Amino acid sequence: MNIFDTIPIAIRALAANKMRSMLTMLGIVIGVGAVIALMAAGQGAQKGITDQIRGLGSNLLFIRPGKPEDNPTNSPVGGTVLTLVLADAEAINNPDRYPYIESVASQVFFDATLTAGGESLTASSVTGVTPDYQYTRNHYVESGRFINEDDITRKGLVAVVGANVAEQLFGDVDPIGRTVRLTVGAFRVYFSFSFLVVGVMERKGATATGDEDDLMLIPLPTMQARIPYIRNPKGQSNVHQITIKVTDPDKFGQAKEELSALLRERHGVAKDDFTIRSQEDLVSTVNAVSQTLTVLLGSIAGISLIVGGIGIMNIMLVSVTERTREIGIRKALGARRVDILWQFIVEALVVTMLGGLIGVGGGVLAAKLANGQHLFGRDLYTAVTPFSIIVAFTVSAAIGLFFGIYPAFRASRLNPIEALRHE
Amino acid sequence: MIQLNGISKVYRTGDVAIHALHSLDLEIGSGEHVAIIGPSGSGKSTLMNIIGCLDVPTSGKYSLDGLVVSSLSDSALARIRNRRIGFVFQSFNLLPRLTALEQVEVPLVYRGVRNRKKVARQALADVGLGKRAHHRPTQLSGGEQQRVAIARAIVGRPSLILADEPTGALDTATSGEIMVIFETLNRDLGITVVFVTHDMEVAHHTRRIVKLRDGQIVSDTKNSPAVGRPAPSAPAVPAVGSPP
Repeated sequence: MNIFDTIPIAIRALAANKMRSMLTMLGIVIGVGAVIALMAAGQGAQKGITDQIRGLGSNLLFIRPGKPEDNPTNSPVGGTVLTLVLADAEAINNPDRYPYIESVASQVFFDATLTAGGESLTASSVTGVTPDYQYTRNHYVESGRFINEDDITRKGLVAVVGANVAEQLFGDVDPIGRTVRLTVGAFRVYFSFSFLVVGVMERKGATATGDEDDLMLIPLPTMQARIPYIRNPKGQSNVHQITIKVTDPDKFGQAKEELSALLRERHGVAKDDFTIRSQEDLVSTVNAVSQTLTVLLGSIAGISLIVGGIGIMNIMLVSVTERTREIGIRKALGARRVDILWQFIVEALVVTMLGGLIGVGGGVLAAKLANGQHLFGRDLYTAVTPFSIIVAFTVSAAIGLFFGIYPAFRASRLNPIEALRHE
Repeated sequence: MIQLNGISKVYRTGDVAIHALHSLDLEIGSGEHVAIIGPSGSGKSTLMNIIGCLDVPTSGKYSLDGLVVSSLSDSALARIRNRRIGFVFQSFNLLPRLTALEQVEVPLVYRGVRNRKKVARQALADVGLGKRAHHRPTQLSGGEQQRVAIARAIVGRPSLILADEPTGALDTATSGEIMVIFETLNRDLGITVVFVTHDMEVAHHTRRIVKLRDGQIVSDTKNSPAVGRPAPSAPAVPAVGSPP
């Protein structure tokens, strides 16, 4: 018997029980659709983050406090010890000694509550920066002005707000010239200052270190002067990150080596108490994390696919029992065991593959609709890859095969005499 | 063409062994028209299953067309059922959902024949159902359904037709029509026809009657068939152990 002859038999059998076939298929449709959509979300997040990291410029080095092993996730303030101080950044910013350094910018990160008018934003990211920030991070003001040298020397209470902060605090009103109240505190000790908004940053979108549009930037010395726990016991000002723009990514190796030597010497340590990472290191770290996320999301969705497969097996077993007599007749007319086996396997495959196709369509559609939507305060990006489509479809077909084999085997082993007697 | 030597069949249910057939010998020549009769429990169904290659004997030798069947594999038996044997059942055993034409195509599907439609159409025309090719079983009368079953049995040009109570579900007039078809197949195409029945009227349409009781042959007699007309309403020979 030709295997293709079983396909119309399978379709006819499925069409005879339309409702049941649809419901069975629905399990696979949902499973495949979920796999596609969730993997698209995972891969979209990955693509979004890596694009943002690369968007900063491909020639950045980041120095962060703490030993590499103390800070495996590369969190900006995750190191156990704050060892990096502002003076380190000044020592690095020495173009005569390190000609490959284009610019150096130090940053301090902390969270604070921002209030303006009636609006309030809790746990907003505030970054202490220097005027080099714009050029080094490749992120410029949209309107107004950036923090300038004058603000630094005066330790001025001025702020530049990110696009989202401006929108959330001021709505349609132009924030420039208005004030934002910043409240920061811990252990029941609160500090509160009013900052004059002098500029609004251009929109940048989510990045590896959070959404840059949710930032408020203030002069670094202001932060160090006003917020005591930024200072370390020696009275020096800690920084959380030194961003270095290098003329040429080829100089990364040399830069890492020479800057490490400088910092070890300055800190008087034999082993690094800081971590130097390049953009690409960051990209690969993020990729590793988000790939895990993608696999995790895919696996969770995969569970629903398995549940769908069990549904298929259940229905196929019912179908074999209901059609015992048909199997007996077919055997009497010359169907071999293998013919009956294939008939039922093909039936399960038709359900799962058709369900898989619809699921792929639904998943891709869902991913496309979700792309760019603002969800839970974040922009959601999705990326459907051919790989995920192939995986989801292949897995659905494999599930049809796997869960279809046992019922088909049962059918093929039926004794024709007993099957013919079956009512 | 059918040669049974010392065929026994034992069914085991738990500790109890049921001897359905006791070392039975039977020979049926090519082109014969035979009725195997006997009461319920006489072993005639078991015998039909063995002759039809649906079952294998516990012991003994069965050869069909010179081929020793009793030792063949499952798929080889399926092949023989497909190519050499046509089954006609009391309850028609048509597949639900398929049209008459598709029913007749089924054996050809398993045989891997191309040009199935044409062959199947011819078989339907042979039983006088050419115009009902696209009707489903539920749209056909009992007699028409049995004709579809006969068309399905002969479409593969088998050498043997096995009919199990072929008129059991039909009225007298329709039974007569079906009997005529079998007689025609036997006479004109030379197909060996074996009826398995407890109905003497049916048996009298054949030329040889084999009586079975308790798994053994109790008589094997020649018969002058009542061709083309229903058998007399009163049985000429008292039915052996009338069914309950």
